[in-house]
Amino acid sequence: MSVLTRTQRPELSQDRAASPRPPINWGRVVAWTSLVVLLIVTLFPFYWMLRTSLSNNRSLASEAGSLLPADFTLGAFQRVLGMASTEEALAEGGSGANVNFWLYLRNSIIVATVVTVGQLFFCAMAAYAFARLRWPGRNKVFFLFLTALMVPPIFTTLPNFILIRDLGLLNTFAGIVLPTLFMTPFAVFFLRQFFLGLSREIEEAAMIDGAGHLRIFFRLTIPMASAPIATLAILTYINAWNDYMWPLLVGQEENVRVLTVALGVFRSQTPQGSPDWAGLMAATLIAALPIMILFAVLGRRVINSIGFSGIK
Amino acid sequence: MSSQVSAQSAIKTGARRSRRLGDLWVALAFLLPSAVGFVVFYLWPTIRGFYLSLTDYSLLGDAQFLGFDNFQRLFNDPLFWNSLRVTLLYVVINIGLQTVVALALAVLLHRLTQSVTIRGLVLLPYLVANVVVALVWFWMLDYQLGIVNQLIDWIGLGRIPFFGSETWAIPTIAMINVWRHMGYTALLIFAGLQMIPKYVYEASALDGASEWRTFWRVTLPLLRPIMALVLVLSVIGSFQIFDTIAVTTAGGPVDSTRVIYFYIFELAFERFDFGYAAAISVVLFLILGGVAMAQLKMLRAGDSDLS
Repeated sequence: MSVLTRTQRPELSQDRAASPRPPINWGRVVAWTSLVVLLIVTLFPFYWMLRTSLSNNRSLASEAGSLLPADFTLGAFQRVLGMASTEEALAEGGSGANVNFWLYLRNSIIVATVVTVGQLFFCAMAAYAFARLRWPGRNKVFFLFLTALMVPPIFTTLPNFILIRDLGLLNTFAGIVLPTLFMTPFAVFFLRQFFLGLSREIEEAAMIDGAGHLRIFFRLTIPMASAPIATLAILTYINAWNDYMWPLLVGQEENVRVLTVALGVFRSQTPQGSPDWAGLMAATLIAALPIMILFAVLGRRVINSIGFSGIK
Repeated sequence: MSSQVSAQSAIKTGARRSRRLGDLWVALAFLLPSAVGFVVFYLWPTIRGFYLSLTDYSLLGDAQFLGFDNFQRLFNDPLFWNSLRVTLLYVVINIGLQTVVALALAVLLHRLTQSVTIRGLVLLPYLVANVVVALVWFWMLDYQLGIVNQLIDWIGLGRIPFFGSETWAIPTIAMINVWRHMGYTALLIFAGLQMIPKYVYEASALDGASEWRTFWRVTLPLLRPIMALVLVLSVIGSFQIFDTIAVTTAGGPVDSTRVIYFYIFELAFERFDFGYAAAISVVLFLILGGVAMAQLKMLRAGDSDLS
């Protein structure tokens, strides 16, 4: 190895010495340009959402190529938040239909929060049983839980719909949250992996001091695994927020309609000839913004976790 | 000191006494809520799904047992074969493009910058709901007013009916989801790149290999197991395309985007043909199981390149 370096190094330094200025590294220029192009492609649709939502829908056609909002107005937001009268809405190219995205925003917050809190708490309990307790059949039961990962969601969606209907829970929050409230195999698996890595000695010390399992779970395990629990919480919240098919099936009615379903309804309500693009983009922005804020505040954790949550 | 020792020995004898059962009762208490969830919303519906696939059930009245009639019907259903073909086309375009773009993006990020902010920006599309992504692109790709067709117009090419033509609809939807997933996939690959030790690159630099050559001869072979895993995850996800289609083309034009998920959804919830819908989802179940098995085999084959 050392022989190799000695014979190679001088050549390299001779190259450098030959040119007075470091030559432009075209490879790096091309690489940076490609990265910037990819970033623009990634971010432009977000800008376009914002630009359109601040436009007057009637002016979009004449200024289709303008990078700035066409005839700047907040009318689209007022329209979808139910703060504009029908005449105002129609004047700016809205459909005039009564939409209230405040309500859908509230519903989305309720659903995502309940699912996240319930699922994490119950899955942490299950993970504790799988990782920290010794009992016969433990691995078999854990394996059974994991097999649920293999079943495609639509397969269980059909019978679950019948069940929720038979329980009379269509168009209730309970019907929307129940299937994911108690567990998802991924959450159990993810938390178990972390609980397995916790030190046993502290637990044993606590046990000698007379602490029961409940106490150890709340006072030791959960605090020690707070970082992965927080990461999982963010991921669960985002998934619950973005879910479409299940709430579409069981939560059509206005009082429980979540943002994703409301967007689909809003899109199908717009007249075929001249859709209310500005209103639609304002509505999508309202649906996307809370997640983007959550991500801006807590995102670093998610970014750094992607290696192991996805692969290990 | 002595009391601690005696306490420990007491625990040991206690443990010996209940070794057979261990913490069984405590464990059952801790498992209860998730076990209820598992049985009611995963295990039971899975069994019921298989049963439903053997029946005729219209959501009203009782399910009529049919045996394997639904599966016979499926063989002669052109719409079923069409949905399989369309889904496969989507998966091939989606995964093909996505893997190449994500790999390029991951390598660029790895070689150029350590910035967590840039990685965050790249991840942004993945965090936004499918429905939102679909609607934004539906607007940007609009035939009359969409900015993309404006651009195409300026360049001097003919406008493209992205969602309105049978040839363009599936590639368009595949591209939209490449946009949504490329950053996430890139970060998965990025995590794999970080696991390749630095000395490998130093050695290849000392041998005078160019970046290009290093990528093909060093990075890519060492990345193979991670790429295989990323493929397992993304192919299975790709088969389940639904949201984007439901809010944009709704299966059209002329069945060209009636993918298998959407076909099952339509059969069950619009035509109330629950038994037949369940039969098709059994087929989907088998296909996805097969795909996962085949890919995991591939994965094992590429296990130990580094160690």
